[in-house]
Amino acid sequence: MKYVDEFRNPVEARRLGEHLARRMALPELQSRRPVRIMEVCGGHTHTIFRYGLEALLPEGIELIHGPGCPVCVLPPERIDDCLTLAEQHDVILTTFGDAMRVPGSRGSLLQARARGADIRTVYSPLDALQVARDNPDRKVVFFALGFETTMPGTAITLQQAVEEGIANFYLFCHHVTIVPILKALLDDPFMQVDAFIGPGHVSMVIGMTPYTFIADQYRKPVVVAGFEPLDILQSIVMVLEQLREGRTEVENQYIRVVSRDGNRQALQAVADVFALRARSSWRGLGEIERSGVGLKPAYAAFDAERLLVAPSVRRAEPVDCRCSEVLKGQLHPRQCPLFGRACTPEHPRGALMVSSEGACAACHQYQGRG
Amino acid sequence: MVLGGLAMRRLIEEVFLATFDTPELASMEDQARLPLGDVIASGDRLAFTTDSYVIDPLEFPGGNIGALAVNGTVNDLAVGGASPLYLSCGFIIEEGLPLEQLRRIVEAMRDAAEQAEVRIVTGDTKVVPHGKGDKLFINTSGIGVIAPGVELAAHRCRPGDRVIVSGTVGDHGAAVLQAREDLALEGGLLSDCRSLSGLVRDMLSTGADIRAMRDATRGGVAAVVHEFSSASGRAIRLFEDRLPVRPEVRGVCEILGLDALHFANEGKLVAVVAAAQANWLVARMRQHPAGRDACVIGEVLPDVSVQVRLRTLMGGERLLDLPVGELLPRIC
Repeated sequence: MKYVDEFRNPVEARRLGEHLARRMALPELQSRRPVRIMEVCGGHTHTIFRYGLEALLPEGIELIHGPGCPVCVLPPERIDDCLTLAEQHDVILTTFGDAMRVPGSRGSLLQARARGADIRTVYSPLDALQVARDNPDRKVVFFALGFETTMPGTAITLQQAVEEGIANFYLFCHHVTIVPILKALLDDPFMQVDAFIGPGHVSMVIGMTPYTFIADQYRKPVVVAGFEPLDILQSIVMVLEQLREGRTEVENQYIRVVSRDGNRQALQAVADVFALRARSSWRGLGEIERSGVGLKPAYAAFDAERLLVAPSVRRAEPVDCRCSEVLKGQLHPRQCPLFGRACTPEHPRGALMVSSEGACAACHQYQGRG
Repeated sequence: MVLGGLAMRRLIEEVFLATFDTPELASMEDQARLPLGDVIASGDRLAFTTDSYVIDPLEFPGGNIGALAVNGTVNDLAVGGASPLYLSCGFIIEEGLPLEQLRRIVEAMRDAAEQAEVRIVTGDTKVVPHGKGDKLFINTSGIGVIAPGVELAAHRCRPGDRVIVSGTVGDHGAAVLQAREDLALEGGLLSDCRSLSGLVRDMLSTGADIRAMRDATRGGVAAVVHEFSSASGRAIRLFEDRLPVRPEVRGVCEILGLDALHFANEGKLVAVVAAAQANWLVARMRQHPAGRDACVIGEVLPDVSVQVRLRTLMGGERLLDLPVGELLPRIC
């Protein structure tokens, strides 16, 4: 399979692993051990565990699994709101498959569907719009979630709904943005990360420039990377080169997809439809200012929040949950006392156990509880 | 389609009896009467199994619910080492199902039964009002005979044994997903729905020490290998680079973030065999059309542990999990 198999070449992977070992033996890097590198994106976390990449890394390199799984950080009250919407008899709720298992305080969408709510998984917001066309006498709500990766798709779908005058289509919007969350982590005094592997798909949309503050103000290297095993290994090589030479720059490993300025058309659609909210809440991390978007007033007629009598209030997270320490690199998933016991993929207690891209769920799925 | 005695009788005669055309059915008695002589001549134990078939959509590339209902039950008998002899079939039809579609499905059952050399000897039909069923449900039960000395059981797996799959993995699951969700992917995704009884007969005739066999339906190859590990108490290792997966099935997996090892198959079996006999058994399997892509994909480990490990393409090792409930695609 083109553009896939080339990046899964085991011989090349071993070669890169050996190269990393030689680099880590150099005195200028030996003194920095352990080098802690955070992969921001859940897709990267998934690749690392799926291919067992950590086994190829030399001693002295630690991967910290970051906050970039949009499903994991979905706060329970937003799921509760979706349940309230889906329970209205004239509503069809549509969303991505990943959102179906996320627990709210009254269970998941999957459980609500089993109780009879009309909830359908779609592969694209455009499929949700088609459901609206096919069911003119029902209100069709699309639960939109994700980082900048999925924002343009939602925006373009909404523009299309306006153009066609589809009045029974609504958006329940929980899109979030990557930069504020990175800034919040960097400002945390307990944060222990030396460099970042930047998110590939988000960067395809927003480009490279939004990360320059990490290199300039926080003096940490950033390498935007693709999602195949060799992409990740090569980006680690690039991170080590920066550390060795004392550079802090934003570099692009994923040149076959990401350009410096991102995708202008996509960004335009996003700017047309969405406006920053004052604050948004994140499972495991609390409220973060200007970290999520809602619909602009011009699109208010399509906002599913209008269909809610009152949005659910934020609930306190379980006190014994230590997701935020895992996210900051202070704790390995296995060191959490809940891991594999009170918190499992079937019954997640913390954010990182929710989706297979969360650090704890990936660790549990691919390395077991023991 | 209407309810009512006369219409029902016509339905049975026109569609079912005309298509199946076996003397047991044609006699229209309340039960099939089966000569014991045939049974006793071919083995010393009966195998008896039942399964109900519900699938959306009813027809998919490479098969339909009828072919599935025959092959599924035939395969459940075959992987126990039994020669399938007789099937029953029960239909629950929702009012409004097009007669043409029902006919196509029943014809597929007839063809599948012919191919598997099994006879449909008794049946039942119910029509339920519109909204009280989902178009069509089929139940089939099957009787087969096991020859003396054939002992296939999952607990017999031993350290060092090899794990064999009879062909490409995940074809049925991917084809049904494509048909159901209209993924608009190009390339011919086809279900692998077929009988395994001929292949199993050939495998048994080699005299190889086959410890266990299962058909890899729901839950896929991953689920079967977990069953082997669980029953034998030994860890099992699979090798990612040896798994036969069609490029178009891989495409579906890549796009949706799913694993072909978790996809259902309807014409593939997984067998465990003594190491020394693995290669020639595979060579023999490849001579049968249902085993053309057979290969060794793993081994039983000495570790006393219920666990399936996967040696990844990259040379790392990880656990191969069982899917949690229904397979859901990932967004990024």
